[in-house]
Amino acid sequence: MASVVLSDAEKLYIIHGVQEDLRVDGRGCEDYRCAEVETDVVSNTSGSARVKLGHTDILVGVKAEMGTPKLEKPDEGYLEFFVDCSANATPEFEGRGGEELGTEIASTLYRIFSSEGSVDLKSLCINPGEHCWVLYVDVLLLECGGNLFDAISITVKAALFNTRIPKVRVLEDEEGSKEIELSDDPYDCIRLNVEDVPCIVTLNKIGYRHVVDATLQEEACSLASLLIAITSKGALTCMKKIGKGSLDPESIFEMMETGKKVGKSLHASLQKVLDEEESLGTTRQKVGFLG
Amino acid sequence: MRGHGTYVDEEKLVASVAGAVERVNKLVCVTPLKTRYNGEVGDIVVGRITEVQQKRWKVETNSRLDSVLLLSSMNLPGGELRRRSAEDELAMRDYLQEGDLISAEVQSVFSDGAVSLHTRSLKYGKLGQGVLVQVSPSLVKRQKTHFHDLPCGASVILGNNGFIWIYPTPEQKDEEAGGFTTNLEPVPLSDREVISRLRNCVVALVTQKLMLFDTSILYCYEASLPHQIKDILKPEVMEEIVLETRQKLLDLEG
Repeated sequence: MASVVLSDAEKLYIIHGVQEDLRVDGRGCEDYRCAEVETDVVSNTSGSARVKLGHTDILVGVKAEMGTPKLEKPDEGYLEFFVDCSANATPEFEGRGGEELGTEIASTLYRIFSSEGSVDLKSLCINPGEHCWVLYVDVLLLECGGNLFDAISITVKAALFNTRIPKVRVLEDEEGSKEIELSDDPYDCIRLNVEDVPCIVTLNKIGYRHVVDATLQEEACSLASLLIAITSKGALTCMKKIGKGSLDPESIFEMMETGKKVGKSLHASLQKVLDEEESLGTTRQKVGFLG
Repeated sequence: MRGHGTYVDEEKLVASVAGAVERVNKLVCVTPLKTRYNGEVGDIVVGRITEVQQKRWKVETNSRLDSVLLLSSMNLPGGELRRRSAEDELAMRDYLQEGDLISAEVQSVFSDGAVSLHTRSLKYGKLGQGVLVQVSPSLVKRQKTHFHDLPCGASVILGNNGFIWIYPTPEQKDEEAGGFTTNLEPVPLSDREVISRLRNCVVALVTQKLMLFDTSILYCYEASLPHQIKDILKPEVMEEIVLETRQKLLDLEG
């Protein structure tokens, strides 16, 4: 992860500030930074989204392709994740430097989406055992400004919301061979139900308290963090501890409660923004990368 | 005559960088808006120690090469004037470690552009608790003094290299220490609020590309008082505050 070097006095200032619930930029311990979400930024994907959370910039593209379902789940489609930490974000990611972080994030995403009910995989099935939709989710890290996991999960949810999978019909010939027919209307497509897609909330332990949405400086002061995946209804689906420090079991409970509360409001505001964007329809002015 | 940042294209003088034009008699130069810091003798800089070497420290000042702070250019605690011995060399890490922040003045510039710093005055030295904001060097206005004690209750150092250091005003001036003993006591909440607000105001001014100097920061602080500290970073509020600041500055001039 990209990190900044801080002097001991600066770290002390940050830790004392968190203790008094006033962080360096005036936020409280449970406040998120201003986030900008925009969907449909990449034209040749089935769905895309871009999220800017402070200095963290993430771009996600979803491509729907036809493939064969997995042997143990013949009537379901599946998702494949790939995370690319580009050298744009920080010089540490040059060459193969970003691979480790990329695989860590990808494996976390696999874990979160492997829980039953996060995405309705049965709707991705075309022909049980033979054809299904595979959604390739590509995450691109453009800028690293702290709190990567949260930003990535928000962008993935927004991109999945924006994904439009074309409707196909399976025709059977007299000989029994199956043919797949794509509908003529390019706007005839199925949308995914992202209501139960979880979002990650990272809680960093700084001093005796924990903060949500840490900046790079605050991450440098925190020894241990808890990553939890929360659905919009407040259900916790996945939990992971990162960092070299240790966490007290009581503080884990406190962090989980804070995470659930924060996660629910995060889902609510994200859904509101996505619905607003949707209601503007095709006349919406796209900012993309020029804004 | 053409200066830095220009080139001749078919007998016309064209700018090679995006920036402001400066004309001195017949010399035309273009100073870019976004650039690394180019050191000039007498500038005040705020830097971060990256390496501790044999008789000097390497300091990061947002320039093309790391700046150099020689052991002989550093004030020893107690303000003594003596030759630096081998013990001083071995004790270098006790004074300044990797990651420490210092305020210093540019003593000279080497031929390759690297800057040599000195802290030979009691107002320079290691910085204690506070907040650092990194901005583009072209946005810091050149003034007589870069150390300001703002009336709102905090102090600020506007480094020419774009590093802005905001810290709580020390109660009494420790003349003997020379900036080496760091105050590790917790900063009171009222001071923290002022510092956070100033930090957000500086970020707002920089986003809207306004020059940074003590008056502009102060006007921006006053304009931001009706809003909550964390709201200052919202785009709409930022624009409103900076517009008000710009208006006040124009009234001041006119």
